Amino acid sequence: MNPAGMLRRLGRSVTDRVWRLGFASRFLLMTLLYSGMALRRLQLTIRETYFTGVLSLIIILVSGLFVGMVLGLQGYDTLQRYGSSEALGILVALSLVRELGPVVAALLFASRAGSAITAEIGLMKATEQLSAMEMMAVNPIARVVAPRFWAGVISMPLLAALFSAMGVLGGYLVGVQLIGVDEGSFWSQMQAAVDFRQDIMNGVIKSFVFGIIVSWIAVFEGYDADPTAEGVSRATTRTVVTSSLAILAADFVLTAFMFRGL
Amino acid sequence: MRSIFTPVPPVSDEPLVQIRDLNFAYDSRAILSGINMTIPRGKVVAIMGLSGCGKTTTLRLIGGQLRPNSGDVRVAGQVVHELDDDGLYRLRRRMGMLFQFGALFTDMTVYDNIAFQMREHTDLSEELIHDLVLMKLHAVGLRGAHQLMPSELSGGMARRVALARAIALDPMLIMYDEPFAGLDPISLSIVGELIRKLNDALGISSIVVTHDVQESLKIVDYVYFMSGGKVVAEGTAEEIKHSKEPFVHQFVWGEIDGPVNFHYPARPYGAELMEQPARPQGWWS
Repeated sequence: MNPAGMLRRLGRSVTDRVWRLGFASRFLLMTLLYSGMALRRLQLTIRETYFTGVLSLIIILVSGLFVGMVLGLQGYDTLQRYGSSEALGILVALSLVRELGPVVAALLFASRAGSAITAEIGLMKATEQLSAMEMMAVNPIARVVAPRFWAGVISMPLLAALFSAMGVLGGYLVGVQLIGVDEGSFWSQMQAAVDFRQDIMNGVIKSFVFGIIVSWIAVFEGYDADPTAEGVSRATTRTVVTSSLAILAADFVLTAFMFRGL
Repeated sequence: MRSIFTPVPPVSDEPLVQIRDLNFAYDSRAILSGINMTIPRGKVVAIMGLSGCGKTTTLRLIGGQLRPNSGDVRVAGQVVHELDDDGLYRLRRRMGMLFQFGALFTDMTVYDNIAFQMREHTDLSEELIHDLVLMKLHAVGLRGAHQLMPSELSGGMARRVALARAIALDPMLIMYDEPFAGLDPISLSIVGELIRKLNDALGISSIVVTHDVQESLKIVDYVYFMSGGKVVAEGTAEEIKHSKEPFVHQFVWGEIDGPVNFHYPARPYGAELMEQPARPQGWWS
């Protein structure tokens, strides 16, 4: 291909992405604007919270437990070289509440619930259910999109908190019960070192932001999916890939602001 | 099928839907050019034509899901594309639409599908909604299926449930998008009969977009034939059946060749056979 053609394709690709980002931003604005119904008729949002949050519990809890157990093993291996294996509780807790809890839970949430939301809305579009709703004078953004969006935003911090709690339990089981780190040191050092505002609240803020990002991407991709089997499949993939990259990028930015004082 | 309906005469002689000089294009691709149609109150009107001729687009323009490039659609005296969101939604509450494959909400039971609009748009008590839902389902012969999920219904049953949903709020106009597609002969007759009887019993107007000539000519009062985004013929069912217009004749009698060619436009056969085959598209090939 000649350079002019390549440049044209590159330009078109960039322009398309900018347009799409603008469209997605407008879609988010519309979702917020039409959120009245989702908040007024809370049962709609609660129902979706069950599907996105409660049904994600298994994967979140099991993953949290194993991540905590691995942290216990790896942390002990490193700390005992410096004779500070009692600090294992601090390492496990801070790693989880500051980073691993919000980030890994958000990645799992994007794969489990984000993809499901995209597929569901995409299929509703492909089978004309959204059009049918419009023709019944019911706004699909208010009735379908907003409850799913808010369900994701509500679920994410709760899931991240549970992930961290299970991780701490996993670290305790491996560090204290299996390896034999002193139980008193494990818990007391953790309590002394973990700051509620600096560590826990910042973790909650992160997971809240990740919840907005994942839910926004998931509902937008579903609503914007081509109404074909292939279109829904591509939208689902895009949700997982885009959400994962956005979570990692947002994590860096948030961490920089929270812990480096930038 | 025993009728449970008593016919209601239409209220006014003024046409319910008037389409004037309607033009519509997706970007630069023209879909409709200079369409004129009139849908009188209390009548069943069919829009027929080949796939892709703009029938469904016409329905979407009537429902306000698309905006015309020029011309207008008036429903009950209101120009649809000039309405704001609230006005459009108010108008749609008086319209029902049956989509090609029903478009039932798959996460709700049949009962909840019918009750959906009542719950969204009215303050009726659940007791009253219960009675109304059963009445609507009884009208389409599916009262016994109210607890089923859409996935448990056959194609014909899903279409009838969608019909019951379309009449949930007693609309003034029902639009049917390919209501006969993919149905067995019995379901086809049932749906056809229901369209006619509901129309007469409720005193509403119906627009049926369809390919199914034989079934639709049994139930409709008037037919518009579309081709290439234009109305090419119109008339009563009897006039259409006996039309000498080549396109209509070919369509009604299902002839393979005629104004609509069997072959998609192509270059000369011999010349194309002598050419080198085109390289497959895509980097993987």
